Amino acid sequence: MSARAPLPRWADVALLPVLNVVLAFLIGGLIVLAVGQNPLQAVGVMLYGAFGYGAGVGYTLYYTTDFIFAGLAVALAYHAGMFNIGGEGQAYIGGLGVILVALALNGLHWALMFPLMILFGALFGAFWAYIPGVLQAKRGSHIVITTILFNFIATSVMSYIITRILKPEGVNSDESAPIEAISRIPRLGEFFSYFGRSPANLSVLVAVLALVLCYWLIWHSKFGYAMRALGQNPTAARYAGISGTRMIIITMALCGALAGMVAVNNVGGVQGRLILNFVNGAGFVGIAVAFMGRGHPIGVALSALLFGALYQGGQELAFSMPGITKEMIVTIQALVILFTGAMGDMLRIPLMRLFDRRATAGGQ
Amino acid sequence: MMQYYTDLILILDSTVRLAVPLLLACLAGLYSERSGIVDIGLEGKLLGSAFGAATVAAVTGSAWLGLLAGIGVALCFSAVHGLASINLKGDQTISGVALNFLAAGLTTFLGQSWFHRGGMTPQLGNGERFTPITLPFAPQLADVPIIGGLYSELISGHNIITYFAFIAVPLTAFILFKTRFGLRLRAVGENPKALDTAGMSVTRLRYQALVITAILVGIGGTYLSVAQSSGFNNNMSAGRGYIALAALIFAKWRPWPALLVCLLFGFLDALQFRLQGIDFPLIGQVPVQAIQVLPYLLTIILLAGFIGRAVAPKASGQPYTKER
Repeated sequence: MSARAPLPRWADVALLPVLNVVLAFLIGGLIVLAVGQNPLQAVGVMLYGAFGYGAGVGYTLYYTTDFIFAGLAVALAYHAGMFNIGGEGQAYIGGLGVILVALALNGLHWALMFPLMILFGALFGAFWAYIPGVLQAKRGSHIVITTILFNFIATSVMSYIITRILKPEGVNSDESAPIEAISRIPRLGEFFSYFGRSPANLSVLVAVLALVLCYWLIWHSKFGYAMRALGQNPTAARYAGISGTRMIIITMALCGALAGMVAVNNVGGVQGRLILNFVNGAGFVGIAVAFMGRGHPIGVALSALLFGALYQGGQELAFSMPGITKEMIVTIQALVILFTGAMGDMLRIPLMRLFDRRATAGGQ
Repeated sequence: MMQYYTDLILILDSTVRLAVPLLLACLAGLYSERSGIVDIGLEGKLLGSAFGAATVAAVTGSAWLGLLAGIGVALCFSAVHGLASINLKGDQTISGVALNFLAAGLTTFLGQSWFHRGGMTPQLGNGERFTPITLPFAPQLADVPIIGGLYSELISGHNIITYFAFIAVPLTAFILFKTRFGLRLRAVGENPKALDTAGMSVTRLRYQALVITAILVGIGGTYLSVAQSSGFNNNMSAGRGYIALAALIFAKWRPWPALLVCLLFGFLDALQFRLQGIDFPLIGQVPVQAIQVLPYLLTIILLAGFIGRAVAPKASGQPYTKER
């Protein structure tokens, strides 16, 4: 067996991931076809729902904001060699920080409240990721298992806090008191009427900022270098004098802080109150987003946009094609994780063969 | 006094009922993890097979065909997991997570497309389910003090899957520690290279482990929808696959402790229903959430090494690459 030349860089960075995503969508399409629906018509409806009109675009942006934060929370940990499944719980606990500061200073102008909500959302989210980080770094408990368990603990803790402590008297639904309108993060629709009454708000700018910061952190800072060294070869990193313990704990806390931003978008902006289970799976979508985007902020942004469009388009689908429920989106999400994450190298060998053949044919 | 005894029997009875799916999933995970394949996907397999079993039982009217379908679904999931993590040497955790989402999405989507009941499958009649079996003399002995209640309430009156789950424990212990296959299974999870050098196929052994995993978890999923309930509900596994995984760690990957831990977690679950609305002196009502959270907290404390140390099979999570 002769050694094959590695794939050209563009094929490795762009072609392979795109092929994997296409494969995931093809299988999704086959499933839709199998229940007797037209997948192309579904794609059309979803595209219109996601990008066809202002409010639709606004909703897409709102989902995209959530998924960027959740995706970065997974991607950052992955660079350090960890799999953070706890974004869901970290975002949920982040919501507690956001609502506590918002209710304590209720009525404060949003320009002052916004940074405070970011700070407290980040702190609370970071705390919820810090504990699994410490347990991994100091006691060797596997981060995957602990973050899963912490998701469940967050669910119980928050359901107690919301239903027993934060819920005001005389309110039937399980939610906290509302944040006053002046303290809430303004919707984009207030500045640009194009977005209508859609939930997209200024948090989307925070998401863009987070992308840039993460890009700088991962590839242009000493910390990022240490993080990647740890992720690729822990032994070598140790010989280079990098403290794995410290790196793991700080990286996890940063991931938690990023996940906490999901709460800023929802609690501080869209809902203006803390609602039971407000995260609603966004933390898990982050896993698909991170793998699909290969952990690169540009990739994360693009795949967050794709999933944002899928989620918004999926809502639209529920109205116009009742045969397809929005759970189809979860299925697509699963297929994307499977093909870009777990089976990411399935097409690598066939591709290498193809490029080899072309190279030899060209040489003759 | 008698009242407390009856209460205790009732709590223990529901403990057994709640522990069965955990136990089956936990033993399933034991085979896979002992062979070196981490199986986060237990949750999805449980959910998928619950759906498959309920669907086929509803369509054919046979609980046994439902059971076959449940196992079949779990086998398909295992096949994908094996392909990703054994052949393609992908990340086992990611593959497991993907399978969990796949099950969550597909069961609701297909359920809605096929039955139009918001993701639920049609209600199963008694003939289409695994119904309680009355053991010999249970009704006659019911009035005998102490052992009567114990025998006719706690031991008798469960369905066939429950009895199977409890038999599966000694069976697993025997297979794992007394047979040649068990020895190889444990070895492949600790040191696959040694087995490879001895001329055995690591791939083959790991696939065999995944097949046993699928059969057990398939039976567990069937229990949820065709024995415990009469039909499939959205997300009816409700995190049991993850609790089973926690139980497996808690039991340090051994069958008998797995039984004890699953019973303990089942007991906490049963207690949570019993304690609702009961006032205790001094502490008042115990919040449901405090009991819900206990299995997770206990597992984390164990994982952190504060009560003994849980050491996973050495090669778990690592794909095996044969040297060339």
